[in-house]
Amino acid sequence: MRYLPLSAENREDMLARIGVAAIDDLFADAPRDALLTSTLDLPSRKSELEVERRLSALAARNVAASAVPFFVGAGAYKHHVPATVDHLIQRSEFLTSYTPYQPEISQGTLQVLFEFQTQVANLTGMEVANASMYDGSTGTAEAILMAHRVTRRRKALVSGGLHPHYAATARTLSDMAEDEMRILPPDPLAEEDLIGALDDSLSCVVVQSPDVFGNPRDLRPLAEACRAKGVLLIAVVTEALSLGLIESPGAMGADIVVGEGQSIGNGLNFGGPYLGLFAAREKYLRQMPGRLCGQTVDANGRRGFVLTLSTREQHIRREKATSNICTNSGLCALAFSIHLSLLGETGLKQLALINHANAVALAEALDKVPGAKVLNSAFFNEFTLRVQGSAADLVERMAARGVLAGVPVSRLLPGAGLDDLLLVASSEVNTDEDRAAFLAALQAEVRA
Amino acid sequence: MNREGRPTQPQIATPHMPKTFTGNRALQVAEALIFETGRNDFTGVDLDPPAPFTPRLGGLERKSAIGLPGLSEPEAMRHYVRLSQKNYAIDLGPYPLGSCTMKHNPRLNEKMARLPGFADIHPLQPVSTVQGALELMEELAGWLLKLTNMQAVALSPKAGAHGEMCGMMAIKAAIAARGEAATRNVVLAPDSAHGTNPATASALGFSVRAVPAGPDGLVHPNAVAAALGPDVAAIMLTNPNTCGLFERDIVEIARLVHEAGAYFYCDGANFNAIVGKVRPGDLGVDAMHINLHKTFSTPHGGGGPGSGPVVLSSRLAAFAPVPFLKREGERLSLVEDAEGTEAFGRMTAFHGQMGMFVRALAYILSHGADGLAKASEDAVLAANYVRVSLSDVMSAPFGDKICMHEALFDDRWLKDTGITTLDFAKAMIDEGFHPMTIYFPLVVHGAMLIEPTESESLVSLTLFIATLRDLVFSALRGETERFLGAPYYAPRKRLDETAAARKPVLRWTPPKPVEA
Repeated sequence: MRYLPLSAENREDMLARIGVAAIDDLFADAPRDALLTSTLDLPSRKSELEVERRLSALAARNVAASAVPFFVGAGAYKHHVPATVDHLIQRSEFLTSYTPYQPEISQGTLQVLFEFQTQVANLTGMEVANASMYDGSTGTAEAILMAHRVTRRRKALVSGGLHPHYAATARTLSDMAEDEMRILPPDPLAEEDLIGALDDSLSCVVVQSPDVFGNPRDLRPLAEACRAKGVLLIAVVTEALSLGLIESPGAMGADIVVGEGQSIGNGLNFGGPYLGLFAAREKYLRQMPGRLCGQTVDANGRRGFVLTLSTREQHIRREKATSNICTNSGLCALAFSIHLSLLGETGLKQLALINHANAVALAEALDKVPGAKVLNSAFFNEFTLRVQGSAADLVERMAARGVLAGVPVSRLLPGAGLDDLLLVASSEVNTDEDRAAFLAALQAEVRA
Repeated sequence: MNREGRPTQPQIATPHMPKTFTGNRALQVAEALIFETGRNDFTGVDLDPPAPFTPRLGGLERKSAIGLPGLSEPEAMRHYVRLSQKNYAIDLGPYPLGSCTMKHNPRLNEKMARLPGFADIHPLQPVSTVQGALELMEELAGWLLKLTNMQAVALSPKAGAHGEMCGMMAIKAAIAARGEAATRNVVLAPDSAHGTNPATASALGFSVRAVPAGPDGLVHPNAVAAALGPDVAAIMLTNPNTCGLFERDIVEIARLVHEAGAYFYCDGANFNAIVGKVRPGDLGVDAMHINLHKTFSTPHGGGGPGSGPVVLSSRLAAFAPVPFLKREGERLSLVEDAEGTEAFGRMTAFHGQMGMFVRALAYILSHGADGLAKASEDAVLAANYVRVSLSDVMSAPFGDKICMHEALFDDRWLKDTGITTLDFAKAMIDEGFHPMTIYFPLVVHGAMLIEPTESESLVSLTLFIATLRDLVFSALRGETERFLGAPYYAPRKRLDETAAARKPVLRWTPPKPVEA
């Protein structure tokens, strides 16, 4: 077997040195009945070529985003990632290293995390950021727990504009932890009255911007109302690129900002691995979940970096830890950080502007199709389109015409009576031809 | 010497290292932060401005500076390659971190995960356009179920600790379905458990009751029986345990736990020792997470991403979270809404770590059932080889006893040397090895937990053992300088972690302007 260096002779010699006759003598503590004496009835080993054939055949049965006009978003976005990014994250020393437990021989990973934390803090407009979470949704659930610890209250208010899968993830953890959560009804037009729903029993209010229907939310009045009631404002951003063009949640008064960082440096990957961005005001630092990298000096006084404040973490605090999180999303954070350092502020703003321009062009074109209507007055690179009849059926029919048109709201919110709504995203990857194809397919379906 | 008389070998051992102008040390290049070298008005990505249009941002344009430096492509390449050279990696040498399982990461897995049909598909595109991806998930799930002899698998958890959370949520849901939510609120965990176990239980509102391990490092049925009661929801037990031992009485413990109306959560962090040899379902396990990044070789990436699918017994299968796969004839689909099912809820926005599923399946298919068992055997063989090769000079807490995939030593043998486990570990760095796991498990004083994995050749194991023996003798001879100042040859000397925690500096800030 190509991955196993020991030869049959090596194995015999080693068993002799250990002083046992056979390999199963080393498994003698396993219950006799449970030790498998023959190979399981499953396929035996395959060559590299055979594995490639099998997996390539499976991959060929999927429609890749880059193969068709592609407008699917709702929390995961198709963007172009520079070739440099994927090359660098495949460097052995990044790809095949562990969590930096021995900082003297992990300065590469640690410096990247320090730079990443700074980038995330600046991008979100916050004072501190951690070394990443699993993804935006789990980060949101953890942010709510953090708000409970900070405020010593146990009730969260969740906007109807939060991605329904984020809300479901948060609700699951909240129910299991026996906390309270009120999720407002789906809010396609961003009309909900969050300020009116505030009271001083709440630990936090969770608002996504742009929300799942694409509406950017002005958080400033809400932030002010929250402060008056001692409620923390948790802002969620599922499209990190929007921060290049829209005012940062930090500047608008958020206390905790959670984001999905996939858009920058990371591919779609059918939903994972992604990375959660997590930033907060410095005064809440010691209640933050997840890994933190800090600057220090070595014995010779040279600057270096270490994992720090681990007294919050499970391996030290055990049942008193701020979170059970053990790992972060290191390699995805590296990809994010490399892509963002290539873009820089100038490139990020330009890329965000191109995304917005493409989405505006598409929205204006679709709005003219009889029976179709864009609901949003404002949006970044994704908007909600009202269609006639079922958006889910429309998406299937458009797919048959070779266009992946978006996410029907009914897939995220079955039974909510929003079956005629379609979420449409457009990024820098979409060309004029892609837009024309979308338009032509939609017009054909309207006529059909 | 060569013919020109130029020395080709060092003439003398360098007594001290002269200072360099740059702070560089040959291949070790001092690397500034991007914030110190990059320019906020520069970009390394060529983007044309869009044609003029009227923005529709609702008056929320970001106007102030963000503070993000840009690098040209050559600058970025050097920055990250130089940083990479300050990292140890499994591709550079043995990485014997006990309980972390640093095995070889095959590059075939990386290649497969990057096929556009896997890497470039969206979690919410129509299921008719992702049938191959769903079939891959189904195939991986099938392998995991057969290797564990369990009933159902939740693929979505994002990492081991997240899988633990998922398994314990299934248990909490099952207890609630029995109407015992108010009364069963205690989780048993041995002192030697991973920190994630008590942290998970407590995050879900359980209180944790410790079960002491015996002097042999094993959990005994009588200790479990004494801790069990009508208030107990579950036991969380790692097998093989964190001392590297197979819990000999695991079947009896499972029987007692079930008899008391509780569930058996097995921490599967060490499943890599027994894949293809023992199936947890045959031991009475109700839920177990599988770290794809340990057992099935998906890369650790400097701290993630992980992937932690959870296998469930028939007692818990119905409570598995959404999304899950559904097959109707030729067509696969995803059940994404918990409404109308017994699913306890949702763990994450989408379907889990697809990128890791592809890598894990590539590893599994490459090995096959025969190769997977062989990998477990080689891992256990290597650990025992290390154990017997060091046990005459280092002390083992539970005596000279057969171990599974990792060998545990304590620091009794360092008594009176003035050298600690940490010093010993740091001296290993100078020898070119990543240290073993130290000070874990907590129940063993000055623990050193060595997991060589199946990826080391005999030549590599032999050098590792010879190096450790040399260090041991050096320590016993009183050569403390070699240890107390170590590492000498790493990119950094020991770092001041106390200062880092006392006054945290977690981000770069621009230097304050010097006052005139």
